[in-house]
Amino acid sequence: MSEKMVEACHVTMDFRLEKNKQVSLKGFLVAALKKELQYEYFRALEDVSFSLDRGDVLGIIGRNGAGKSTLLKIIAGIMKPTQGTVAVHGTIVPMLELGSGFDEELTGRENIFLNGAILGYSKSHLESKYDEIVAFSGLGKFIEMPIRNYSSGMEMRLAFSIATVVNPEILIVDEILSVGDAAFQEKSYARMMEMMSGGTTVFFVSHSMPQVRQMCNKVLWLEHGRVLGFGDTKTVCDQYDAAIEEGHVGI
Amino acid sequence: MTRYLSSIKRYRFLIQQMVIRDFKVRYKKSVLGMFWSLLHPLLTMAVQYMVFSQVFRSVDNFVLYLLSGTIVFNFFSEAAGQALGAIVNNASLVKKVYMPKYIYPVTKVCSSGINFLISMIPLVLVALLTGEPVTAAYLALPYAMVCVTLFSIGWGMLLAALMVFFRDVQFLWGVFSMLWMYMTPLFYPENILADRFMWMMNVNPMCRYVKFFREVVIDGTVPQPELFVECFLFAAAAVLVGGVVFRRTQDRFIFHI
Repeated sequence: MSEKMVEACHVTMDFRLEKNKQVSLKGFLVAALKKELQYEYFRALEDVSFSLDRGDVLGIIGRNGAGKSTLLKIIAGIMKPTQGTVAVHGTIVPMLELGSGFDEELTGRENIFLNGAILGYSKSHLESKYDEIVAFSGLGKFIEMPIRNYSSGMEMRLAFSIATVVNPEILIVDEILSVGDAAFQEKSYARMMEMMSGGTTVFFVSHSMPQVRQMCNKVLWLEHGRVLGFGDTKTVCDQYDAAIEEGHVGI
Repeated sequence: MTRYLSSIKRYRFLIQQMVIRDFKVRYKKSVLGMFWSLLHPLLTMAVQYMVFSQVFRSVDNFVLYLLSGTIVFNFFSEAAGQALGAIVNNASLVKKVYMPKYIYPVTKVCSSGINFLISMIPLVLVALLTGEPVTAAYLALPYAMVCVTLFSIGWGMLLAALMVFFRDVQFLWGVFSMLWMYMTPLFYPENILADRFMWMMNVNPMCRYVKFFREVVIDGTVPQPELFVECFLFAAAAVLVGGVVFRRTQDRFIFHI
C-alpha cells in the first residue's frame, strides 16, 4: 500500500492588494479613521486539491503567474492558505532559492552548519555528512574561505550539495537544475535522479517540457490558479502541449 | 507552553547556529575582535565617569555604580534594538524557508546575551579593584540575568512584530529608548529625583533590574524577596504581551516584508 506524503485539500490563496498601501503608522491611522482602507483581492490559487505518495515526483507546469511558486510556498509552510488545508507527512527541504540562508562573512564550513540547521538537519547528521558535502561541492580548500570570495557558481554548488546530500523525505525544487558548469550540472542531475528513485517525494517546477516528461511521474498543470490537469505525466503533458499548439495557452 | 518548550528543544541546534553566526559576524574584520565585548562597557563607563563624577559626588563607589547600570541597560537596549529588525532584515530567509518565526528575535536577544555574560568579567574586575568583595550574594545574579533576558525577549518580539507593519517603529524606538535611559538612574543617584517623580521609578522595570545588580555588586547583599518577585513579574508580563502580539500577527508577516 502506498503511503500518502502530501495531501492538499481545496487550497485557495487570496492576496490582499492594498490600493494605497500604508506602511507608516500615521498614514494607517488617518486612513483607518477616514475609512479609506480599501482592499482588492487577487486569487492566486483556487480550489487546488491533489495528493502524492511516497516517491512520487510531481512536475508543476503552467505559465508565469499561474500560481506555481505560491503553491510551493504553501507546501513548504512559508504561507498559510486562505482556505483549505495542506497535510505534509515528513521532513521537507525547500530549495526555493538556493543559498538564501548563507552568510557572506562566514566560511564555507561554517555555512554548511548554519544552512544545514536552517534546512532542519541535526548536528550529528551534518557532522557525519560533512566530508561528503565538501566532496560533492568540489570546493576543496576553498571551504575554509569566507563565501563572499566565492563565485556565484561556487556558492550555488555548495548550496546544492548541502540541500541534497542529506536525504530529505520531501524535496521542493524551483528550477535549479542549471547550477554550476556542465560537469556539475551532470552530477547534480544524477544526484536528483538518485534521490527520486530512492523514495524522496519531489516537487519540481520547470518550464522545460522534455525535462518534466523525463523526470516526473505525475504532473500538475496550473493556469490562473486553477488546476487544469492532474495525473500521470504523459496524459497531462500531451494535453498541455496540445493546448499550446492550439494557442489557448501562451508560454 | 510544553509545545513551545519541545519546539525549542527541537530547534536548539538552529538557534545555537544562528547565535554563533551573529556573534562571529559582529566582530569580523575588527582587530580586537571579542575584546570589544570587554572593552565597550569599560569605555562607556569611563566616559560617563569623566562627565558626571564632578556633578554627583555623593554616590558610593561611583565607578561601579555607573558600570553596573550601564551593563544592564545597554544589554536591554541593544537586544531589543537588534530584535526589532530581526524579521524585516531576514526577509529573504523568512520568505523562503519555514522555521518558527519566534526564532529570529529570540536568537538576536541571545547573541546580545553572550555579550552581557562577557561583560560580567569587567564588572567583577572593577568590583575587586575598587575594593568591593565578591560575596556569596553574587549567586543571585544569574536569576536577575535570566529575568532581564526574558524581559528583553518580550520587548524584542513586540518590536519585531510591530516593525513588520510599521517601519516607523525603528525611529520611535530610538527616541523612546533614549527617554527610557534617562528615566533610569544610570548615572545619577536615585535620591536626586523629586518626590513627585518617584512613581516613575516604581513603574520602570529597568530600575528593578539595575537595582538588583547594584545591591549585589555594591552592597554585597542578596536583595529582598519582593525584588525577586518584581523582577520575575515584569519579565513574565513582557513575554506574555510580546508573545501574544507576535503570535497573532506572525502569519501575516510574509505579506508585508
